[in-house]
Amino acid sequence: MSARRIFARPARLAAIAPYVWMVLFFLVPFGFVLKISLSQTAIAQPPYEPVFDLMAGWGALKTAFAALSIDNFRLLVSDDIYVFAYVRSLTVAVTATALLLLIGYPIAYGMARLPARWQAVAMVLVIVPFWTSFLIRIYAWINILQHDGLLNQILLALHLVSQPVVWLSTDSAMYIGIVYSYLPFMILPLYATLAKMEPALEEAASDLGAPRWQVFWLVTFPLSLPGVGAGVLLCFIPIVGEFVIPDLLAGSNALMIGQTLWLEFFTNKDWPVASAAAIVLLLVLLVPLLLYERLQKRQLEQGR
Amino acid sequence: MTDELPRTDAAADPVGETQFAASEPLLRIEGVAKTFGTFRAVDGVSLDIKTGEFFALLGPSGCGKTTLLRMLAGFEAPDQGRILLGGKDIAQALPHERPINMMFQNYALFPHLSVRDNIAFGLKRAGMARADIATRVAEMVALVKLDGLEKRKPDQLSGGQRQRVALARALARRPQLLLLDEPLAALDKKLRESTQGELMELQRRLGMTFIIVTHDQEEAMTMASRIGVMRDGKLAQVASPRELYEAPRSRWIAEFVGDVNLFDAESKLRDGHRLVIGTRDAGPLVVAEPREPFGEVRLSVAIRPEKVKLSRRGPVREAGHETAINQLDGVIADICYLGGTTTYKVKLDAGGMVQASVANSARLDVDAYSLNQPVVAWFTPDDCVVLPS
Repeated sequence: MSARRIFARPARLAAIAPYVWMVLFFLVPFGFVLKISLSQTAIAQPPYEPVFDLMAGWGALKTAFAALSIDNFRLLVSDDIYVFAYVRSLTVAVTATALLLLIGYPIAYGMARLPARWQAVAMVLVIVPFWTSFLIRIYAWINILQHDGLLNQILLALHLVSQPVVWLSTDSAMYIGIVYSYLPFMILPLYATLAKMEPALEEAASDLGAPRWQVFWLVTFPLSLPGVGAGVLLCFIPIVGEFVIPDLLAGSNALMIGQTLWLEFFTNKDWPVASAAAIVLLLVLLVPLLLYERLQKRQLEQGR
Repeated sequence: MTDELPRTDAAADPVGETQFAASEPLLRIEGVAKTFGTFRAVDGVSLDIKTGEFFALLGPSGCGKTTLLRMLAGFEAPDQGRILLGGKDIAQALPHERPINMMFQNYALFPHLSVRDNIAFGLKRAGMARADIATRVAEMVALVKLDGLEKRKPDQLSGGQRQRVALARALARRPQLLLLDEPLAALDKKLRESTQGELMELQRRLGMTFIIVTHDQEEAMTMASRIGVMRDGKLAQVASPRELYEAPRSRWIAEFVGDVNLFDAESKLRDGHRLVIGTRDAGPLVVAEPREPFGEVRLSVAIRPEKVKLSRRGPVREAGHETAINQLDGVIADICYLGGTTTYKVKLDAGGMVQASVANSARLDVDAYSLNQPVVAWFTPDDCVVLPS
């Protein structure tokens, strides 16, 4: 009886809450987007047809259903603009995530090896940029990277370059912006795994004859893989859909899918194609997510 | 494979202290000191350890024993002093460059590697041939009785099995010196006792030199051939278990190793060739002449509880000791039955309290004493140790 009491009504309601949330704020909107992606553009309000009107009766609904088509998805696959945008998004995300891992890992490792009181300070330093608006920070980078900006002034003063380097509207500027913005998302999960790792494991490896680099590759790195996985996903997924940073820092000759989506939606007012693009993006991102989940499941099973 | 092991004379006779005295020490620690901030963790320790010894570093937590062990393994570098292994100073060598292996307190098994790969880890680092590694791993698995568990991961093993993997992993490289940091602390009592026996057997058979760190004095006494007691970063006494127990060098050691009755001395009187020490709590006690004379320091008299015998009131006689026996009148104030022995607390007429540990050699309690029964607690001068406070 007492065991059953624990799962009395309030607890059961609490368990249902996340599902209600998911249905209301994810599944229902997703249903709308899916429906719009199967519609055609129209000069109307809303700018697509058919429109489902529950008041219009069963017959009207049936014709509306019949008017749905997958033409928009055909367009996405056949038109180079969209294919290139997806490929570019994935390339940028892979490159940026690799850079983030290369830069974030040493930082997280260093943090985890600091004395306890300094770890808290380092943690605050990682999080502090979040206190300023993201957009303002990106505009600050525009300032730094522009023709007579801080970066060029420093490079000129140090005689590393003889004339100002063009940074703005290049891929370099975009990568700087992305790496800068997403670094905390890479560092924090890595730091969490590295900090809770038993220091005796590294000592044991070195006691058994492993020089420092082998200690890292054979013990530290494999044991930090869950953190690597979490950090990579936390960065990779939003970077694929990134819109603001490439729009402000990169050139306009190669668009990422997020920018294409924006164009279709706001400039071309083509809601159906934009919706279709969003759904394909979602499907593309499901692949790494499922892979990661499978990996975690396997680790859990091995752990048992 | 076993012929590769460093077999020495000492291995054949692990307690043969005469041989140790003749041979060069395997390990010589010379004036080693280590300070963390302002805390002197290890404060000028010198110690020789010979091949084939089972040496225990014993002490309360914070006494510096673990720091000393970590300096031997190479995880800490001493601020002062030298550590000579086979005559070569290794004080500044990195851990992976030393022919020393360590068994860690919580085993520190690699959670992502199987039992086999854990044991093979050190062998692979040594660049051993694949076939030799397989042979050696199989040999180690058999040695610690882990057959059939080679493919398991550490978290699929019981505590006792994990302890064996840790031991096999540390032994696999055949180190000149094996360090064990509280190796049995995580095991329950029964398993700990049987593992103590297995460790001793293994050490004797392999003829290896073991240094164990422990805070458990019983564990140190059971396993080690020599014990170094550490206090505040210094070696307080280095002796065989028996000597440590029967002839502690200070009051602190007497209290740290086992139970003891202590009486503070108030006066010292020479009566012929005997020494009589006046105590407040137990009156005058006749004691054996101390081996080394003490100066004008405060002294105490120490008697182990099992050396104190009890009798019903009346004169006690023992051949050759009639006049010298210390006889203290008192009443039984507390009884603690422990199965094999019973500990009686006797409230002395002189004011103090003395503990007597009596073996329960008969099943029926005909010899037992009851509360408030008047008794005589007695012991010979040789059972008393005079110690500086």
